[in-house]
Amino acid sequence: MPTQLQSRAQPPTFGGGTGAHIALEGVSRTYRARNGAEVQALAEVSLRAGAGELVAVVGPSGCGKSTLLELLCRLQSPDRGSISCPPAVLMPQHDLLLPWLSALDNAALALRIAGAKRAQARARAEGLFVELGLAGFQHARPHELSGGMRQRVAFLRTLLSGKPVLCLDEPFGALDAITRAEMQEWLAGTLAGEPRTVVLVTHDVEEAILLADSVVVLSPRPGRVVAQLEVELARPRRRTDGDVIALRERALAILATGSQS
Amino acid sequence: MRRSALRALPAIVLGAALLGAWEAYVDLSGVEADLLPAPHAVASALWSNGGLLWRNFAVTAEEVVLGLGLALLGGLALAVAIHLSPLLRRAAYPLAVGSQAVPIPVIGVLLVFWWGFGLFPKLVVIALICFFPVVVSTVDGLAAVDPEQPKLLRTLDASRWQSFRFAELPAALPAALSGARIALAVGVIGAFIAETTTPSTGAYPGLGREIITDVNFQTARAYAGTAMLVAFAIACFYALAIAERRLAPWSIRTRGETR
Repeated sequence: MPTQLQSRAQPPTFGGGTGAHIALEGVSRTYRARNGAEVQALAEVSLRAGAGELVAVVGPSGCGKSTLLELLCRLQSPDRGSISCPPAVLMPQHDLLLPWLSALDNAALALRIAGAKRAQARARAEGLFVELGLAGFQHARPHELSGGMRQRVAFLRTLLSGKPVLCLDEPFGALDAITRAEMQEWLAGTLAGEPRTVVLVTHDVEEAILLADSVVVLSPRPGRVVAQLEVELARPRRRTDGDVIALRERALAILATGSQS
Repeated sequence: MRRSALRALPAIVLGAALLGAWEAYVDLSGVEADLLPAPHAVASALWSNGGLLWRNFAVTAEEVVLGLGLALLGGLALAVAIHLSPLLRRAAYPLAVGSQAVPIPVIGVLLVFWWGFGLFPKLVVIALICFFPVVVSTVDGLAAVDPEQPKLLRTLDASRWQSFRFAELPAALPAALSGARIALAVGVIGAFIAETTTPSTGAYPGLGREIITDVNFQTARAYAGTAMLVAFAIACFYALAIAERRLAPWSIRTRGETR
């Protein structure tokens, strides 16, 4: 299914808040599992992301992708290595929308937390809410929304935190293929209008190449960076483009062999 | 409201069938009226003693409502404290469990010594009997929040209080209300225990006291008073179910039809 992804603004042209720059140097992280065994999630991970770039992180299950995001969001600290990252906000795998709040109130949650009154928060969220294709769903409860719509609300909640770095943990992993393709296009379009530095964890290599400026491939546990591929393809990208397919095959080959050769 | 009348039909039919069986049993077995009065005798006692029973009922109803309110406040406060402080959980939970085994007459005299013959010692007894299900279900409800939720809220810069206020507290509300319904079901018998263990000096000592007085020589009136308590407990239970639908509408959807 050929889907046209919308073009994205050139990254470093916006001021101040989005001048983000992420750098990880030799980051390792070990945690103790419930049964007492020590599990090394990440080993000597180094990677960089320029301001306004979208870096996709792909790898097999259990390669420490979620740990990486929690490190960036300062929910965990590394055992070794250094992390330089502006304030980051997490969009977890499950949307975690609050069932007792309407869609608009869920989207505006960060504003409420920052101290805005409910009416104020709703008013400030409403513009983007409508812009991002959620018009008419302001009063809907999360359970009344489709999976794709829920992810939109969850993403808007993330965006409205105002933080320069967004950490997205498999945001479209639970969606069906058609909805996922729609949502990839929607995300590209949204980031064109609201540029941020994004770290996107995904198990979908094609998604990574369609959306990202660079793709980091991690090895199985403990996660090590096997390759960081620059995706220097013009936008909009289509999944049927020859370059996209070639890069996808290359990334898949690296994933399969665990080395860049 | 015709639909809700229709939904009450099975209960009405079952109730009528049981009353019919009861009536027939009394007629056919020749059991003495002092031992088991027939339903028609109970209805007649209810009719002819309406004023007395009603005034006593008003006393008991006030005790139940206020005592339950006290149990809810205390139970919720203790549940939140236990949730927020693992130390308090370890310290207070066993004692809360143990409190449920205390036979009320043991402390009844003490309560009267402290607070006299009025309403308050009765509220304390009811609260003591009712608070436990509120604590247990609220503590469980507070702990049942998705473990990822606090992480998300922290990256949105939520304080501990905000995380509690936006996520844990509303998430626990349906469980707390379930606890309240259990509390309510035992609250009426709690009022009975309260009245029979802490004496009153008022003109009307309450329906529990009245029933105890009547049970040997005015058995039909004791049954009439009991029928009022039963009806009151049922009415309160469904009133709370309606309140729950308004306070926590999101929980009805996930739990399905339970009433």
